[in-house]
Amino acid sequence: MKTHISPAIRLTLVMLVLVAVIYPLVVLGIAKLAPGGGSGEKVVVNGKVVGYALIGQKFTEDRYFNSRPSAVEYNAAGSAGSNKGPSNPDYLKVVQARIDTFMVHNPGVQKVDIPAELVTASGSGLDPDLSPAAANIQVARIAKVRGIAAERLNQLVAEHTKGPLLGLFGPSTVNVLKLNVALDALK
Amino acid sequence: MNTEFIGVVVTYLITLLLAIPLGKLVGKIFRGEPNALDFMAPLERLIFRLGGVDPKQEMTWKQNLVALLTINAVWFVYAFVLLLTQAGLPLNPDGNPNMTPDQAFNTAISFMVNCDLQHYSGESGLTYLTQTVVINFLMFVSAATGMAALMLIVRSFLPEKTTLSGNFYVYFTKAIARILLPGSLIIAAILAFNGTPASFEGKDQFISMQGDTVNVSRGPAAGLIAIKHLGTNGGGYFGANSAHPLENPNYVTNMVELIGQVMLPIIMLFALGYLINRKRFAWTVFGVMTTGFLLLVTPTLMTEFHGNPAIAHLGVVQPTGAMEGKEVRFGVLSSAYWSIATTVISTGSVNSMHDSSMALSGSMQLLGMMTNAFYGGCGVGFLNYYYYLIIAVFISGLMVGRTPELFGRKVEAREIKIASLVALLSTLLVKGGTAIASWIIVNYPNAEWSVKPTAWLNNPGSHGFSEMLYEFTSANANNGSGFEGLGDGNFFWNFSTGIVMLLGRFIPIIGPVAIAGLLADKKYVPESAGTLATDTPTFGLMTFAVIIIITALSFFPALALGPLAEYFSLK
Repeated sequence: MKTHISPAIRLTLVMLVLVAVIYPLVVLGIAKLAPGGGSGEKVVVNGKVVGYALIGQKFTEDRYFNSRPSAVEYNAAGSAGSNKGPSNPDYLKVVQARIDTFMVHNPGVQKVDIPAELVTASGSGLDPDLSPAAANIQVARIAKVRGIAAERLNQLVAEHTKGPLLGLFGPSTVNVLKLNVALDALK
Repeated sequence: MNTEFIGVVVTYLITLLLAIPLGKLVGKIFRGEPNALDFMAPLERLIFRLGGVDPKQEMTWKQNLVALLTINAVWFVYAFVLLLTQAGLPLNPDGNPNMTPDQAFNTAISFMVNCDLQHYSGESGLTYLTQTVVINFLMFVSAATGMAALMLIVRSFLPEKTTLSGNFYVYFTKAIARILLPGSLIIAAILAFNGTPASFEGKDQFISMQGDTVNVSRGPAAGLIAIKHLGTNGGGYFGANSAHPLENPNYVTNMVELIGQVMLPIIMLFALGYLINRKRFAWTVFGVMTTGFLLLVTPTLMTEFHGNPAIAHLGVVQPTGAMEGKEVRFGVLSSAYWSIATTVISTGSVNSMHDSSMALSGSMQLLGMMTNAFYGGCGVGFLNYYYYLIIAVFISGLMVGRTPELFGRKVEAREIKIASLVALLSTLLVKGGTAIASWIIVNYPNAEWSVKPTAWLNNPGSHGFSEMLYEFTSANANNGSGFEGLGDGNFFWNFSTGIVMLLGRFIPIIGPVAIAGLLADKKYVPESAGTLATDTPTFGLMTFAVIIIITALSFFPALALGPLAEYFSLK
């Protein structure tokens, strides 16, 4: 044991310098060259920061494309999911309430057409995206509130839809913040 | 949905295409043959000189184990002290507080043993200093410890009789300098260019489009997330782990993080095959592990794709599957695949919340951790497989009426006893721990802990039981994922899982290394026509059966009370 204490401490100090000082600084140096400079990419409208591209934010008003339910109300300093089990009766009541609310705000929508992600909370509570279907189903409501033709809005959603990676891998997504920024810019 | 499926399949195939050839490279690195990473040799020599290590000196398996345990003890003390005092130390722009002693105890152990169970949230529980010099540091050294431990058993497969098993410090240093550090740099660069932060700037604040004031946690995350996956560690920088959009920004990073975490356990297996010059044996083990992995992945993909039947009853169709706790950018299939990848190997990072998984998925995740040898953690995955192997050799030997032998060495009572004790320990820790927790909830629901036992469970009924079972299973398997609804930030959970993590880490390292040390010191009997061949599909099937039987006998009753009960009640 005794003979191993000295190398243990010395090796620990050397590795601390290597992986806990040099390594993070090298990574920082690389990140400086990336978009956002290693501090997160901001979305700026008219010179004002309105959010981070990757961080979802709360959109509940009828005039915006609504984002997904969040267990932490889009608290970007305290991410979490609901951690509700699939059979939890209280949880199912919450889902039922979300369905009812959605039906009230979007008259004319059939219950079977509601995408699941609009009535379930995301894992991070900060999901920045919707599926194209979840954006399109809100078009009729927004068209009415804003007095913009539905076709124009459908087109806007299509323009902001990011297809699968290389057209092959993973789901299609729509970034809700960027979509709503573009929506406000429509005249 | 097709693209989601293709995404999963291609992710797995890329993993294999990278890992199998890299196995040979890593084998060369550990044997000291010329290899592509020789440019790191000067750095290695510098580390040896500063660290006071003589790279030519070999040690016995006992000396190596003492070296391993001593340096781990140093890390524990170091981490414990820093976590207790972090508030007043530099690099704390968000003003986060010190950890409580029980929380620091749990966290220091958790990261030292490569488990990464987290009873805190990174945004508020740590500072930039402790994220970097404690968490990020322990992620490197704990992964390297596991890889070095695997190297300590190599001699038992080789013909010459010896009491030596190499030099732990050398294996450890090589693992960091030539494998973990270069690999992590590549992954960190990819993450940074996809939007993961890496700077030391504190929280930012902005006004959202709807007028809410939002605080955004940031910090030096990219480097930590890289080693978190490559080293099969799994502890998240942010509370939501790799479901967090800064920790895992898009499908590219999702693939990279998935490949990164599954890669090294497979690499280490093929490196071992190279080092003992038995490629067929490595492929047989790979076949067994892959069969187990696919048997767990397939039902999980299906049940998550099918969606939550209880929500279907409410009239929502769920064409995108069960979305509670999942992120749109990954989709259910990639999340389902991840949940099994992260539990069969010992990463325990998550890109969806396992607590909200379907009941069948929960069973598969638990089984992945209970066997803990279908790929397994980096290095330690094969060590777990090794004691199943010893038991399989013993049982097969009895069945055919021969003295059990493994690679020319007689397997005798002492080795079998050690292997059996290691196998039985996990069932004791997991079920014993869950039983004590359940007993406390029933008998002392209002005990004065910071979270009262009545408030521990986030879900009623069998799912609540699963939350406790999952926590102890994860701690024992050194996995670190959780059914995170569990109110685990209090003395009972911090202390109990801390002890379980320690035993669940070091006993399955000491046991196999001891067995290998004992075997290597025995006379080598050349293999003949009468020897039981261990590199055939038949023997692979035998090992597989042993794994299934041990796991089923140990854990089926507990699974029946938890996720299986929920599965059959959820119609």
